[in-house]
Amino acid sequence: MNLPTFWFCVVALFWLGFLFLEGFDFGVGMLLPVLGRDEATRRVMVNTIGPVWDGNEVWLVVAAGAMFAAFPAWYAALFSGAYLPLLVLLIALIGRGVAFEYRGKVHTDRWRRGWDRVIVTASWLAALSVGLVLTTTVLGLPLDADGNRVGSPFAAFRPEVLVGALAVAGFALLHGSIFLTLKTEGDIRTRARRFGLRIAPVALVPIVALLLVVQLREGHAWTWIPLGVTVLAAVGGALRLRAAREGQAFALLGLTVVGLAVTLFGALYPDVLPSTLDAAHSLTVRGAASADYTLTVMTWVAGFGAPAVLVYQSWTYWVFRRRLGTRHIPPVHQP
Amino acid sequence: MDVLGIARWQFGITTVYHFLMVPLTIGLSVLVAGMQTAWVRTGDRKYLAMTKFWGKLLLINFAMGVVTGLVQEFQFGMNWSAYSRFVGDVFGAPLAMEGLVAFFVESTFLGLWIFGWDRLPRKVHLGCVWAFSLASIVSAYFILAANSWMQHPVGVRIVGHKPELTSIGAVLTNPTLMAALPHTIAGCFAVAATFLVGIGAWHVAKSAADDRYRPMWRASLKLGAWVGVLAFGALAISGDTQGKLMFQQQPMKMAAAEALCHTEQPAGFSIFAYGDVSNPNCESVKTLDVPYVLSFLATGGFASKVEGVQDLVPQYQAKYGTNYPNDPALGALAGKPVDYVPDLPVTYWGFRLMIGFGALAALAALGTLWLTRRGRFPRTRWFPRIALLAIATPYLANAFGWIFTEMGRQPFVVAPNPTGVDGVWLYTAQAVSPGVTSGEALTSVIALSAVYAVLAVIEIFLMARYVRAGVAAVLPDDTDQPTDVLTFAY
Repeated sequence: MNLPTFWFCVVALFWLGFLFLEGFDFGVGMLLPVLGRDEATRRVMVNTIGPVWDGNEVWLVVAAGAMFAAFPAWYAALFSGAYLPLLVLLIALIGRGVAFEYRGKVHTDRWRRGWDRVIVTASWLAALSVGLVLTTTVLGLPLDADGNRVGSPFAAFRPEVLVGALAVAGFALLHGSIFLTLKTEGDIRTRARRFGLRIAPVALVPIVALLLVVQLREGHAWTWIPLGVTVLAAVGGALRLRAAREGQAFALLGLTVVGLAVTLFGALYPDVLPSTLDAAHSLTVRGAASADYTLTVMTWVAGFGAPAVLVYQSWTYWVFRRRLGTRHIPPVHQP
Repeated sequence: MDVLGIARWQFGITTVYHFLMVPLTIGLSVLVAGMQTAWVRTGDRKYLAMTKFWGKLLLINFAMGVVTGLVQEFQFGMNWSAYSRFVGDVFGAPLAMEGLVAFFVESTFLGLWIFGWDRLPRKVHLGCVWAFSLASIVSAYFILAANSWMQHPVGVRIVGHKPELTSIGAVLTNPTLMAALPHTIAGCFAVAATFLVGIGAWHVAKSAADDRYRPMWRASLKLGAWVGVLAFGALAISGDTQGKLMFQQQPMKMAAAEALCHTEQPAGFSIFAYGDVSNPNCESVKTLDVPYVLSFLATGGFASKVEGVQDLVPQYQAKYGTNYPNDPALGALAGKPVDYVPDLPVTYWGFRLMIGFGALAALAALGTLWLTRRGRFPRTRWFPRIALLAIATPYLANAFGWIFTEMGRQPFVVAPNPTGVDGVWLYTAQAVSPGVTSGEALTSVIALSAVYAVLAVIEIFLMARYVRAGVAAVLPDDTDQPTDVLTFAY
């Protein structure tokens, strides 16, 4: 495998890590009004992701950084072309991050209700806009020969791209509810499971639709395999959830997102961002890549850095492995 | 306004705003790690109270630093796609390294530190705060490596009109970076130090003589004063090194810092100017000069020559051309003459305000040391007020420093390296995203500025609330809780 192709896989891997980890973060935020009936349960929910959401978000930072370093032309064309979805994503991530940190800092209902609204809205917007950006890079933008978007700022908001936004949001809802069944106890755990079962068929529709759109427009013969795996894993996850095997359900949802990422990026390859105007203007893995020296340097850094990240992030999940319930939540002593 | 103007405003707003949060995070996290170390080693509750109190303020601040940093990373692609394409082979690498090597550590270990008080053995938990705080410095190193390359490109060759990385070692040991890093980190400690002094002074003045936490407030005050004095010493020394590098690497920026029109030998340092600094024929400007000082700042000798703006312009024109390329992407600027002189009022006053506010903050730290000498408690009524006000001074000095150094490199976004490879430079006007509409850019700058403004109010409100509440809010006495209740939860 040549270096640009290797780095295309690395970028895909960072996106996969981000979708898998931040997927349940987004889901927990989106489910706050559905499953968090009172203040104590809402605090349980927020605290299941409290120690980890920030580390999970770095996967996005590194995915973007890796695109910049390894494929400057891809980074430049996608980020300037999908400007508005990225702006929404930024504002949503700002709101979410601050809301988690600030929601418990003042002891009044009004304060917490305000931040809860921010968490819910921002989690929805973040999941939808991540879906938009990701689907945009797979399905393409109207690019000219220099890789610049021509035409409307709303070029990314096409129906088939919006399906991608719904797919990521649906995945986050399902993933988030299964995560909550794993991380909580008592009433909230039961209700998370019930909600997950109810949402699963709805969430699957845009995921399957996205996979088919991508496969039929860009796919290769071999990408039918990950496509099939994705669908089977998602269905299997829902079935295991019904059997109350939460760990297995979560693992199958993990396999779903692996299949999803492999299908999307596999179908995209050897392009990184197709032009919808003229195939000759499409950005390719080879054409958009940095020189081999830069890629070699980055390979060394990622070769040592990424495994270390996996080790200490796994350790974090081990440290905070305990299920949370309302009985674990300390009393408020904020000013 | 065109996309270029909007994108430049956005960059300025985002950077200055982000750098309001970053220095406190970096400086205070190291100091909090020190406090927690003192607690682990001595078991003295005073140090635990310090760790908890300052740690809480650190967390209120940290969240904002993280989320505003995302905008920093994304805006290169969004607003400056032509720049990203031009420099991507070099510039993306330090940014990606920052994420992989530093930011991951920072975010993960911060989570472990916040929530790990009852989950981790004491020493492991202490290790987490050190990992977090040192990673924030490593993070600053990589970001400054990227920025320094824009000021002084090294380690590249030109392949097909674009720079291509030939030596990552050169980029990571750029002399500009080696001077900027200590200066910036010292600026971070200056912020944290005056923060400790201001809030410590207020609490010392407010607490009764028998208050159990009074010694803790005094210790914080004293720590802040010492760190402040050291930081300002380091700022002066590293700033001097930077001045000498700037004289060699970006002579126009040096002249612009002084609004020095004509070459002088020996050159005096202007303390104050009245009249129109931006007037290119300078005769209308009267400045109050200290003789020889600029020569010394620039070269280390008292009689050396410092070139003025008017003598530098023809040199720049000869080296980099008199006109912008006739490229339609440049819009109204295509084919027009290049103005090689940065915005002189901004650079001249930016430089002075940076030094002036820095000096005020240094005075506050020195004054505090004097007032707390040999076990004393400051008694004057004006001291806590001045100390609280002084918190703003290093923030302002940092902001003006960045404005100076970024505006001083205009009209370039990648300033040419006079001893480097020919052709590695880029005008700011060429860097902006060609496909982005002014509507998009305007939406972005308005939306983000509005969010920033609201969040600034909320952060200051929360900080003030926690400062006023003191230790009681962060270190409750109720130690008889059932053991399976979390000691910390959102």
